[in-house]
Amino acid sequence: MEEKEIVCIACPIGCRITIRAMDKNIISIQGNSCPKGIEYIKEEYFNPLRILTTTVKVIGGELPLVSVKTEKAIPKKLLLEAMAEIAKIEVNAPVKIGQVIKDDLMGTGVSLIATRNVKRVDFKLFSYKI
Amino acid sequence: MKLEYDLVIIGGGPAGLAVALEARRNTVKDILLLERDKYLGGILPQCIHNGFGVQYFKEELTGPEYAERFIAKLNDNQIDVKTETMVIKITPDKRIIAINRDDGLLHIQAKAVVLAMGCRERTREAITIPGNRPAGIFTAGTAQRYINIEGYIPGREVVVLGSGDIGMIMARRMTLEGARVKAVLEIMPFSTGLIRNKVQCLDDFNIPLKFNHTITRIEGRKRVERVTVAQVDKNLQAIPGTEEEISCDTILLSVGLIPENELTREVGIELDPVTRGAIVNENRETEIEGIFACGNVLHVHDLADFATEEGEIVGRAVGEYLKRSRKFRPQPIKIVTGDNIAYVVPQHIDFIVSGRKKIKIFMRVKKPAEKIRINLLDVKGRVLGSYKKRIVTPGEMVSVYLPEVLLEDRLINITVSTEEETKE
Amino acid sequence: MKTDVVIIGGGVIGTAIARELSRYSLNIILIEKEDDVAMGTSKGNSGIIHAGYNDDSKTLKGELNIKSNPKFDKLCADLKIPFKRIGSLVIGFFEEDFRKLKKLKENGEKNGIKNLEIIRGTKLFELEPNLNPQAKYALYAPSTGIISPYKFTIALADNAVINGVKVLLETEAKDIRIKEKQVCSVVTNRGLIETRVVINAAGLHADEVAEAAGDNFKINPLKGEYQLFDKQWGNLVNHILFPIPIKLSKGILVAPTVHGNLLIGPNSYRVKEKDDPATTNAGIKEVCEGARKLIPNLPHQDLVASFAGLRADIEGRNDFIIEASKKIRGFINVAGIESPGLSSVPAIAEMVSGILKEVVKEISPQLELKYKDDFIETLPEQPKFADYLDKTGKWQEIIEKDADYGEIICRCEKVSKGEILRAIHQPLPVRSLDAIKRRVRAGMGRCQGGFCSPKVLKILSEELKISPLKITKKGPGSEILKTKTKEMIKETGVKFKDEIRV
Repeated sequence: MEEKEIVCIACPIGCRITIRAMDKNIISIQGNSCPKGIEYIKEEYFNPLRILTTTVKVIGGELPLVSVKTEKAIPKKLLLEAMAEIAKIEVNAPVKIGQVIKDDLMGTGVSLIATRNVKRVDFKLFSYKI
Repeated sequence: MKLEYDLVIIGGGPAGLAVALEARRNTVKDILLLERDKYLGGILPQCIHNGFGVQYFKEELTGPEYAERFIAKLNDNQIDVKTETMVIKITPDKRIIAINRDDGLLHIQAKAVVLAMGCRERTREAITIPGNRPAGIFTAGTAQRYINIEGYIPGREVVVLGSGDIGMIMARRMTLEGARVKAVLEIMPFSTGLIRNKVQCLDDFNIPLKFNHTITRIEGRKRVERVTVAQVDKNLQAIPGTEEEISCDTILLSVGLIPENELTREVGIELDPVTRGAIVNENRETEIEGIFACGNVLHVHDLADFATEEGEIVGRAVGEYLKRSRKFRPQPIKIVTGDNIAYVVPQHIDFIVSGRKKIKIFMRVKKPAEKIRINLLDVKGRVLGSYKKRIVTPGEMVSVYLPEVLLEDRLINITVSTEEETKE
Repeated sequence: MKTDVVIIGGGVIGTAIARELSRYSLNIILIEKEDDVAMGTSKGNSGIIHAGYNDDSKTLKGELNIKSNPKFDKLCADLKIPFKRIGSLVIGFFEEDFRKLKKLKENGEKNGIKNLEIIRGTKLFELEPNLNPQAKYALYAPSTGIISPYKFTIALADNAVINGVKVLLETEAKDIRIKEKQVCSVVTNRGLIETRVVINAAGLHADEVAEAAGDNFKINPLKGEYQLFDKQWGNLVNHILFPIPIKLSKGILVAPTVHGNLLIGPNSYRVKEKDDPATTNAGIKEVCEGARKLIPNLPHQDLVASFAGLRADIEGRNDFIIEASKKIRGFINVAGIESPGLSSVPAIAEMVSGILKEVVKEISPQLELKYKDDFIETLPEQPKFADYLDKTGKWQEIIEKDADYGEIICRCEKVSKGEILRAIHQPLPVRSLDAIKRRVRAGMGRCQGGFCSPKVLKILSEELKISPLKITKKGPGSEILKTKTKEMIKETGVKFKDEIRV
């Protein structure tokens, strides 16, 4: 049996809710002041999900990065690995807001989409003296 | 170059954008929006995280997506926009001097002016953290700009001072991009940020949040090498003997926002010492008729949605102002702060508006409190209106509706104060 | 490398000497260990040009201050740097203060200073409405002025370079090689410079340099902390306000700066470190309390900067050391230049020039020190947008020649891109954010570079054609950025995952 205390984020009160569970079965939930707390804690305990917002490298754009987000929340435990995967992606400008940058991120079935436009620009490459 | 406009808006962030679009909807004809950065949106384009639009669009959006909803409409609405343009001066008769590389110096005569310049971040110097002056000290917003727009990570081992939303969000952002955030320090016994951010930015990544702590010294010759942190007492003074050193190469400061009112002061408009923004009436109009202020330059908002809402109040008000269709009260009603209220906006009610049922008053409390009532009192202390609030914190803007029926002619003063709910 | 004269130290003294000596047809190299000039005492002081009533005219401190004071108007006009003779008031509260002020006045008059006046009563508050109402007397000196000490140093250096001096930055003297009691070379971290004359203007490290030549004096660093307030407080005082001076220092002053800010400080105490002085809690408190004695309603908010400076105090000696070494030929010491060092700069440089003449007679009698006839006395005008706010028509003309002057980069101090580019291409190499800041003020305003430093960094990177990752705050080791976004996560990957509760 596991007992865990989770802070509910549904409203500013931030009830500290304690959940007792054995494998997939809830034994008790205590500490919430409203039903929203119960819903939140169930999700957060069994399958915590997060929307990931980050940036992706752009080639040939007016900006070096395009801001992106996962269309839906993905399992919290995948966040850092997802970041490492996303770091390898390069997308060519122009980028349109809502454009799918990567399908099925980390096998979750969730797409990574652009959250802004990035115009294409023909710029001269600077050669840097090291 | 000389120009004439009905309305000139200074600042193209959420407030300024909302003013432009709402003014257009209220038949204001020639509108010019001036923005000093290359892109519109104010701070929103670098706020790549979620949480915008929940109030206004009933959707959860990222900063850039929220901004785009407004920017996309500008073209259709024939609103003139000049970016990379800086306003140097405004005169009381609404002449604006601005400068950019293409036009050079612009002299613009406006019929109405809206101040929407936003705010700046409080600096290390302003809060006087003693020590050396090495590289590696950034305000959270500047670090955010580097990471999300310029494309560079400014640090590897980070200590964040300030647990406001910006500090917590940047703690997560840096962690996700591979940096190591060692601690977030908060001088108060509570966070001014949302609980959601504490959970999803700090708890998710095991980043310790230390209340009642601050940085007492910064060390490092060329680059930050370590900070000394200490616990503070009730008076926010460091308690001797509680000092600890944390080695790091980067300090992110999230210690407050200051409305950017240099132009406002120079044109002679009086500022509220608490909000550090202009003193305004319910139309967000300053003491100079036809000069309005909204968004973070007026008071620091917690949600961009409210900045948009305030921009729309101004957009409508500009329409009324230009049509000369306003009726002034014989005397303005001053709205004054009482117990545990840090500030209220607007600070006075000036107009008689037929058909108006209520006025939304915004405020922030000084200290968090639970189960309280917000009371509106007249000069004699009689309760004009009373509103129950389950929980109030300084980090969230609180609002109440002031019913029009209460605004009798004789009323010249309303005090807003809090009161603990008596047990029933 | 071979040269006639090596000057060690790129502070206001070294650069002033370089400029003065560049009047001669000589090969001169100035070496400076940091990445810019004015990195030591020269950027951490009060910026006051004293009238000269504090010191005995029989001392170098007295003599050289008095000689120099009248020269600042022309010198600053030539170098195109701001200088304001706003006058000073030494404030007294008690009877005994009145006696001390009288003594200062007498000393000043003995030194030839004109128009010193003891002021009392209501006139005092007409001059300074915000003065502590308990103040009773003041010594007024109209010839005291304010200057930007680092701008002064940079201008001296730029002019020296225009007149042929080679300035080597990031070049540190490691040793002086001596042969038969004659200087023969300077060993630096970048190689050997053969020379027969070394001028030691190494500030806080002058004793270490002198030791290499067998001269023994000891420098004890004295730290002074300062606070700078926003420009809206610049006219809280109209003159430089001093307390009654004590032995160790002239005390905690309150003064406007030449840029319009309000400056308070310094306190004064001995420390061990000779580099990179840090501000302290106790020090900041002391400075505020001291300043409040003069101006009780000092602002609590609107603090723009706190900084500290170190002064080179010579143990057992209360005067400048400006003399040719008696032990080693060709070695000239210019050390212990604490207050009123800045105020004495022109006369110090002239004195060193005279000493050099004597030294040259001794070591190379065949060499005739002749003045060049193409010495360029002035620096070109460098228009700043911040100075043109009420003559925008004229700035329009400047923009029409170069659109970069229409792009404002630093909003707080109103600095255009054109001014930043111009600063990068000055005679002295400029490569860091702080170097730009000292030249054009971008980053010195209310937001302390919060908005403009990413832009200035980009401009530096593009202009110098080096990666943004290599741009520093103040030289190697102070790079602003670590990696490109996406590179760090590739490096650290999911390394922290196990430490992080997921």
